This record gives sequence, structure tokens and C-alpha cells, in this order.
Amino acid sequence: MANSIAARVADFMGKHPPFDLLPQAELLALASEVTIAYHPKNERIFSENQAPKDHFFMVHKGAIALKRPSTQNLVDLCDEGDVFGLRPLMAQEQYKLDAVAHEESILYAIPIAVFKPMAVAHKEVGDFLIESFASNTRNPYSRQHRGKLYGESSSTPPGPSETKLFDFQPVPYSKKIVCCESGTPVQEIALKMTEKKVGAMLIVDKGLPVGIITDIDLRDKVVSGKFPITASASEIMRSPVITYPKQLTVTQAQMALMKSGINYLCLTQDGSPNSPAVGMVSEHDVMLAVGNNPAVLMKGIKRARKTKHLKPIRNGIQQLLADYLELNLPMRLTTKIISELNDACTKQVLQIALSRMDTPPPVPFAWLSLGSQGRSEQLLRTDQDNALVYADVPDTEAEATKTYYTELARKVTKRLHKIGYDYCPAEMMASNPNWCHSVSDWKTKVTEWVSSPGPDEVLLSAIFFDFNLSYGDEKLVNALSDHVFDTVAKYPVFLTHLASGALKNPSPTGFFRSFLVEQNGTHKDQFDLKRRALLPLTDAARVLSLSHRIKSINSTEERFEKLAELEPNNAQLYRSCSYATKALLKFRVKQGLLHNDSGRFIALDSLSKEEKIKLKRTFKTIKDLQDLLGIRYNASNRI
Amino acid sequence: MSLRHWFKKDNTEYPEFWQHYAAGFGTKPTMAISDAEFVVFDTETTGFSFDKDRILSIGALKLQNGQIRVQQVLEVYLTQHHFDSESVPIHGLLHNGKKEQISEKEALKSFLEFIGNAVLVAHHAAFDMGMINTALAREGLPKLKNRVVDTSVLYRRTLLQSPLLLKQEQYSLDEIAQKFDISVKDRHTALGDAFITAMAFLKCIDRLKCTQLKELFKSGINGF
Repeated sequence: MANSIAARVADFMGKHPPFDLLPQAELLALASEVTIAYHPKNERIFSENQAPKDHFFMVHKGAIALKRPSTQNLVDLCDEGDVFGLRPLMAQEQYKLDAVAHEESILYAIPIAVFKPMAVAHKEVGDFLIESFASNTRNPYSRQHRGKLYGESSSTPPGPSETKLFDFQPVPYSKKIVCCESGTPVQEIALKMTEKKVGAMLIVDKGLPVGIITDIDLRDKVVSGKFPITASASEIMRSPVITYPKQLTVTQAQMALMKSGINYLCLTQDGSPNSPAVGMVSEHDVMLAVGNNPAVLMKGIKRARKTKHLKPIRNGIQQLLADYLELNLPMRLTTKIISELNDACTKQVLQIALSRMDTPPPVPFAWLSLGSQGRSEQLLRTDQDNALVYADVPDTEAEATKTYYTELARKVTKRLHKIGYDYCPAEMMASNPNWCHSVSDWKTKVTEWVSSPGPDEVLLSAIFFDFNLSYGDEKLVNALSDHVFDTVAKYPVFLTHLASGALKNPSPTGFFRSFLVEQNGTHKDQFDLKRRALLPLTDAARVLSLSHRIKSINSTEERFEKLAELEPNNAQLYRSCSYATKALLKFRVKQGLLHNDSGRFIALDSLSKEEKIKLKRTFKTIKDLQDLLGIRYNASNRI
Repeated sequence: MSLRHWFKKDNTEYPEFWQHYAAGFGTKPTMAISDAEFVVFDTETTGFSFDKDRILSIGALKLQNGQIRVQQVLEVYLTQHHFDSESVPIHGLLHNGKKEQISEKEALKSFLEFIGNAVLVAHHAAFDMGMINTALAREGLPKLKNRVVDTSVLYRRTLLQSPLLLKQEQYSLDEIAQKFDISVKDRHTALGDAFITAMAFLKCIDRLKCTQLKELFKSGINGF
């Protein structure tokens, strides 16, 4: 019996190969046999050497990591629409990899008994599978060969230490070929290239590639005046075209690009210029495949026109972070680069969201990152904390303006969620009307918090005062920070409250210098790195820099450096605070990458002795800093 | 024999399908969530009054150990005598529309057969339970015997305990779907809503780290 869930499953499956090759009726029959399975993050779906199940999987939502159990290296990350775990069933052998839910995922388990006869009956489906097994790609026809295959190849996975082998992957290429006939005027070609946002145009004759025109040709031959803009394509094109078969590895593509001195390659059906073109490879595609280079990632972000294009880039950033830590690069450099990239992602998300609004923004606005992102300390993907501020409008338009910006913020937070930033559990997001105000409303709010600080106000301002401009009008943000400093100067008692708030953080060690672990809850017996070690530092840095009116330095580590300059007699303490912040941050990121979480809680028995000593050393610094705060602000931590 | 017994019908007076259904409740239910069988369901109705309004359709699916078998679902449309044209635009179910329709009694029979002694899950369960129980009463049958979990209650429990977060009294299925990034393509069909509810239910359990059935009933509603 076909029901509406089966129809929905069939809809989804039919959009992805090889199921798009099945007739509708059979697809529906197959869909009715599917089991929909939910897997929480980090749950195992199958393990190495396990006997094959009677079904294979398709990712509906989320992502599945295929890992080599011996090294825990990531071999492939299966995304929405990808199929995995099929080859062992076809070959009737054991699984060769571990499959673990990388994110909370929903999978379709498709019974092999129903699918196999269909694959046999429909030659195209069978061909697809054979080709994908043979070429070791998950989807030989797709535009992006994101990873390696159905997950069971024996090829060596990419990893920080084995990056070279990564190069033997098939090269990703773009299937959308922009082409025209050889008689087309050059001007028309330039217009079309602009419209399609491409850097090269293929010139075809009867469907076969005969030449190529790139941006460089236009510059060298047309703009320089050698040819008029009315010249035909055949006059300026480079011919013959350098063609390759589509089974080209990244390394081969790199070599080919270097050899030919051109930044585009044409892929044809059989690799010769005598068969129709199937795709184009640009230097950019190759760079992106080779990898984790900040410049390339940045370019990728800027080029993203859809949110889903950003997601793989975000994964690339994560990989880059892992590589940097592996290389033991200075933490300051690492945080700088990664924050820049994260920031660029947010900016791009805003641009995408803005382009999806019906009308342009009515007045100037600014998107603020709060909390760790505002301090440029967000290395791992954690919660999103943000706010929106817009220029004042007359009362008559107040409501419409607010509606517009909350709607915009809703679009942005939804997209940020899509690329991996969780929603803030306390709803501190611009999509919440309480965090989306005009400048004057924000000023009133700030005055309220500062003039009558209760525990809630202190907490709110602790989060809000680390705001940083992500996108939009800088003047609005400056007006707001000036107001914060002026108000704080007017009500000095606020600093005392903020300081006592900072001292309220529980201390990291007990009486005998042993670690204090959580007593109950999900993280029982784990050490809360954020609350017990990082938070005291960031909170103290905030109070001290507010009192010194240190503007536009938000990162905790840099705040301490600045404080060391301003207070020479405490310089040594502040320097060690700056060092401790960096060390703890690195600790957290390493833990987070290891466990694919926020890195906040640490199981102490998983640490080496050396690591424990390193951690403890920072605690002494925290203690000294808290003493300084206590004396300066006369605040007591017994409230 | 007490007066109470005199009023209460003997089980044997009910139709066979009810007896079969009631017989399923003799054994003690399993305790672990991973073993328990859940039936997630939703009803589309002509309105919000238990007495005046009628069920237009029932959608239900079985959920066990985080898995839903696409084949094991129930999707029935009921013949309408009473008809309130106002609710049609919401649900898109037209009076005597194209879908095959069955009588209320037949629908209840299939529903009881489908749910057996499983734990029921619904969003704002009080409403759906009320609609089904009223319909059962019309057919001269007692109320449902199953234990019930309400996802709207469960969802509230997943939220942060913080003075900064004002919890709403009610969370609609749309709000929860948005928070959990669940596609709302089939919203306002009984089976589509049941599927969204099932996903929300699974995500709530994961966030609450529940493993035992009794934890679900802690502050959820249990029966009527």
C-alpha cells in the first residue's frame, strides 16, 4: 500500500542517483519497504568486520562519517542524498569501515533484497553502481566528488599527515558548461560570461569543443586593442582545446594546468577533442579539492550563492583548524585565521539572507556577534549568540521596521543553523524580538542593565558587552559602544557587580589541589573546562577592559596584553593570563575536535599526566587574577 | 454485586475488535525506551469541539528503537456527515474528496488494531485523545487504555532552565519543527503531522537522555 510517507520517501530518493534512474512505480515500491532510522550524534551505525546487514543506507538528514577504525581517520563524510554501506552487500563481504553519525541524522535503510532485482533489471542503475565502485567515487556523475566512495575502498584516507594521498581523488568539475559557437561576437561572449559568473567560455562546433576563451584572452586580445569587440570568437580563442577524460585525479589536473599554462581544462566523454564536452575544471576547483588553504576557503565562501554551498566549506575550516593544531602553530595566529573565516561565513550568510528578502533594508543596520564569537574565540562550531541593531526610525514606522529585521534575523539564524551553529538554548539570537532593537532602544536597555544591576542584568551584559560587528553599519556599533562606556563611567558600582559576577565562577581546584569535577547531571565526573577555567578569565578581562575603556579589542587574550601595557605593575600577571587563555583555548579545541563536540567537558582520566600538569598551572594564574579583582572591586565571592 | 459493577458493561458485550484490543493490556509493559513500541499519531478534525466536531482523518506510524517502517503506517479518511466548511482551507481535505473513505466505526477498528498496547505519542495529545475517546463513546465503547506521551510537554522539558528564557505556555508543532530543523512539507495531513511529531519525539528523547519509559511520564500526561 502506498501511503503519503512512502511517497515522500520516494520523492527524496528520486532526486538522487542511482534512484533517479528507476521508474516511478518501482521507486514507490522500493520506498514502501524502507525503514526510517534516527541516529543521535556519535551513534554507530555499523562497525568494521561486522557481517553485512540486509539493507544499505541513504542519508536523508545530517551527515555520516565513515572512519577507518585503526586510525580513526575520516575516510568520507556522507551528506544528504548520499548512499553508503552498499558495496559489502553487493560483494557479500564484511564492512571495512566504521560508520558513525557525525551529526544527528535520519537515514533510510533500504532492503537489498528489494533493490537488487531492480538494479539488475535496469541496466542504467547497474552501470551506475559498477562505475561508481570502479572509479571509487560515491557518485561518478556528480558535480562534486566530495569524498571517496561507498565507504569500503581500501585506499588510504586523507589526513593531516597523509595529505599527499588525498591528491589521487578524482577532480571535482563543473557540469554546467557555458559555451557558444565560433561565430559569436566577442562582446556577446563577455556579456554571457558576466551573466553566468564564469571565467571561461568553451567554443563548440557541432557539439565538439574547438576552442576556449578565458578572462585573460579578453584582456590580452580585446581590451588591449588588438581585436575589436565585434571580432568573432574564432579569432581570439585558444585552439585546439586541451581535453582530458573525466576520470582525472586532482594531481593529474594540477599537472595539466601547470603544463598547459591555462587555468581551465575541458573534460570530454573519451578524453579527446573528438567527443562532446562533459565538464570544465577550473584552477579554483582544483585548489578547493587540494584543500585546506585559508585563501581558497575564503574565495569559496565569497563565491557561495546558496547556504548549502557553505556547509562543505565549513567542514574545510574545521579540517584546517585540526591541521593547524597538529602543526602546533601559534594559537594567536590560528584563532585569527579561523575567526576571520568564520566571520566571512556569517557575512556571506547575511548576504544570502538579504537577497532572499522581498525588499532592501529600510534603514542601516548592523549584525552583532555576541559571546565567544564576538570575542573571536569561537573556533569550534558552538551556539550562535547574536543581536541586531538598526538605525532609529519615526514611531510610525517602528513596528514595520522591527518586523522586517526580525524576519531577516530569522532567515539568518536558520541558515547559520544549517551550516552547523546550534540555536542558542537561551534564545539570545537576533530572531528573538528581545535581541533586535533600534539604537535608542538598545541604549535604553544598556542603561537599564548598568544602572540597576541584578544577577540577570549582570549575566545579560556579560554576554552582550562582547559584541562585535559582523556585518553592516559600523557607525551604529560605535554609537552603541560609546554609550556602554559612558554609562559604565556614570555608574561605577556596575563594575563591582560585574566583578563579583566574575568571581562567582566556581574554582577549578579543591583544597588539595585536585580537580573539581561535576557532581551530577549528564557530565558527572567530568571537568567543566569552560565554566571553571575559561569563564573566570574572560569575565575578568571584560571587567578590567571596561574600566580602562579599552575599545574594539574583544578577544580575551588581546585584552590581557593591552592591560599589561596599561598597568605595568601588574604586567606579569596579565601576561600569564593571556598565556593561560591561549593554552586553555587550545585545550578545549583539541578536546572538541577529538570528540566532535564543543570541547567543554573533559573526562580527566583521558588526559595524560603532562596535560594535567599543564592545566593545573593555568589554575594558579586564575587564582591570582581573582584575588586582584576581589581586592580592586571590594567584591566578595560569598553572596 | 455493587452498583458500580452493575453500570459497567461486561467486556464480552463489546464487539470482538475491542475485546481483542483490551486483551493486549494484560501483560506488564517493557521498561526500556529502546524496547518499547510507540505509536505516533495525529488526527485532522473539522474543528476543536469534542462534541460538535468530527475526525476527518487519522494518521499513525509505529516507532521502535528509533526506527519507522514505512510500510507499517495507518492512514484513514473518514466519511463525513457533519461538515464544517471553515476547517477545509487548513487541512485541504474536501468533503467527499478523492481519498477513499471509511465509516467512523471502521476507522476506530483499524486504529485499535494498529495501536494495540503500544505507548501513544501525539502533539498536544489531550486534544487527539479527546477526539478519539469521544468517537469511541459514540460507538458505545470505553476510552483508550494506552499510556500517552505528549511531545509538547516533552519539548518544554528540553528547554534550558534559565531566568533569561521565558518559556511559552504552548509550543506549536511548527515552532518545534523549526527548532529541530524538521521538514514541514506534509504539515496538515494526519500522517505528515504524525511523522513530524515522531521526529520531534526522537529528538526530545535524545536531548533529555531518557532511557527508561517511566522517565517520559514524569511530567507528561498519562492516560485520561
